[in-house]
Amino acid sequence: MFKTILIRCLQILPSLFVVVTLTFILTRMIPGDPARAVLGPQASVQDVQKMRETMGLDQPLVSQYKDYMIQIAKGDFGVSYSYNQPVLGLIAKRIPNTLLLAFPSILIALIAGLLIGVTSAVRQGTLVDYLFMILALVGVSMPIFWLGLMLVLVFSVHLGWLPVLGMGSMSSGIGDVIRHMVLPCFCLATIPTATFSRITRSSILESIHGDSIRALRARGIRESVVIWKYALKSALPPVITVLGLQLAGCFAGAILTETIFAWPGMGTLIVGAIDNRDYALIQGAVLVIALAFVIINMLVDVVYMIINPNVSYEGGF
Amino acid sequence: MAKVLLLDQQSQEEILRKERKANNAWNKLKRNKTAVLGLAAVCFMIAIAVFAPLITDGKPNEIHPIDAYLTFFQKGHLFGTDEFGRDLFTRICYGARVSLLVAAGATIVGGIAGVFLGLIAGYMGGIVDAVVMRIMDGVLAFPFILLSIVLMTVLGSGMTNVILAIGIAEIPRFARVVRGQVLVVKREEYCNAGRVIGISHFRMLFHHILPNTISEVIVYATLNIASAIISESALSFLGLGIDLPTASWGSILRAGRNSLNTAPHIAAVSGVFILITVIGFNLLGDGIRDVLDPKMKK
Repeated sequence: MFKTILIRCLQILPSLFVVVTLTFILTRMIPGDPARAVLGPQASVQDVQKMRETMGLDQPLVSQYKDYMIQIAKGDFGVSYSYNQPVLGLIAKRIPNTLLLAFPSILIALIAGLLIGVTSAVRQGTLVDYLFMILALVGVSMPIFWLGLMLVLVFSVHLGWLPVLGMGSMSSGIGDVIRHMVLPCFCLATIPTATFSRITRSSILESIHGDSIRALRARGIRESVVIWKYALKSALPPVITVLGLQLAGCFAGAILTETIFAWPGMGTLIVGAIDNRDYALIQGAVLVIALAFVIINMLVDVVYMIINPNVSYEGGF
Repeated sequence: MAKVLLLDQQSQEEILRKERKANNAWNKLKRNKTAVLGLAAVCFMIAIAVFAPLITDGKPNEIHPIDAYLTFFQKGHLFGTDEFGRDLFTRICYGARVSLLVAAGATIVGGIAGVFLGLIAGYMGGIVDAVVMRIMDGVLAFPFILLSIVLMTVLGSGMTNVILAIGIAEIPRFARVVRGQVLVVKREEYCNAGRVIGISHFRMLFHHILPNTISEVIVYATLNIASAIISESALSFLGLGIDLPTASWGSILRAGRNSLNTAPHIAAVSGVFILITVIGFNLLGDGIRDVLDPKMKK
């Protein structure tokens, strides 16, 4: 199994290479002159030319690419001109804020999704099952930016229960931050909850009609133990696969959610960088999110192999 | 005795005919109630898009500042008006044209390129497969919306560019689906037979392998239109999509966000239309999948 895990870890190298290269190509294709963007529209042609030389933009693309790869390998992502700070420092400040939304959202979605999925499967064909599955369908189809606006409208504008924007301040107490987290987390958790419910329901249905569960029932084991201990355990692998995708999806969803709630995370950082044509920041932030995406997917595959060793022995990857 | 046998043959044929009819994809789809519901929602949205000039006054961009922020049914405006006094119902109907066209266009762009790459990678195998699929994996590493945002920044706003941005981001997904199918299909007996009689690679790919992978593509494309509608709305919502004042559901939603306090109906109505359309395509896609690939139903 160790060998298979190692192979899976090595398999991310080509993806990482493509991600880094593609980020370079895409950011070089963004219209406009980065040097002009740094100096502003009033700068003289000579100053812009000097800045282009300083930034290495006068070099051929191949040599720019080589320098870029060396810089990335050193962990040097350049300097953001709009913040006048190193890009890596800015990203390091914002990532915890995005994680502060992503992890609780995924945790809530996982717990709610498992509860809804199991309940639906156990009560297959009843009104509860239909109701939950309709909600799950609406959940997976939900444009989360619209849901966010509607949540703001109801809970902030009309009821005034929760704050609209920002992430609060720890100096006002942890309660303030939590109050600011409620709506964005609910928003981010919607699609994963719906997805987990659907996956859990179908996995549990498959599992409870299997021979092993029938045998457990024949032995007179309590139904709740059969469902929550045995059926759920055998239904977990597909849920874990989806967990990785959803966690990665939360980073992507954060771009929209953070924009709606003005949450100072990676999403607002990228949208702001695009608005300001801050090339170094766009490049760094896009790269970090894509790398996180690749690494999360790899970790999920590894966890999947550990909990389901058949995959590795059968050479499923 | 012969007459009895003849009758039996007739009834057998009748039974077979009925069975064929029952197993016909369209008839199967008709029996799937949720798929029919999805189809109805999709047809409704297509109808309001196509007949927009007939069911509205045909002026989605006409400004009447004096009538700004009217709500439902005020002064003959079914869904009220927006911040410039433009009729919201008219803009929603014309927005349906843009949103559905972009979603369909992006799915066609992503579908054609993805199917081609998936076919080549799966059929050729070896180094071609490795190179194509590693690039696809790399592109897949970018979250869909992030890649679309970056591509829009590169391409600039406008309908064609939105179609391209979403379409390009969809290519790897189509390529993976098709490649997986090609790997199975190319080992089938009829493909072996084709190779034995020496048919060309082109004929093998496009006459024998492609038709046998197409059902997967249809299922995926239907489900993909739903996500393309959301992507278009998201891009327009972020101000990177359709150029104003052209109406799209996303741009209406963006306008609704700016006037959430004064006119919440603008955001509410456009979002409901997006949601119903996406649910429609999801139900239809699930239904088509059940019909074309019953193994997946489970």
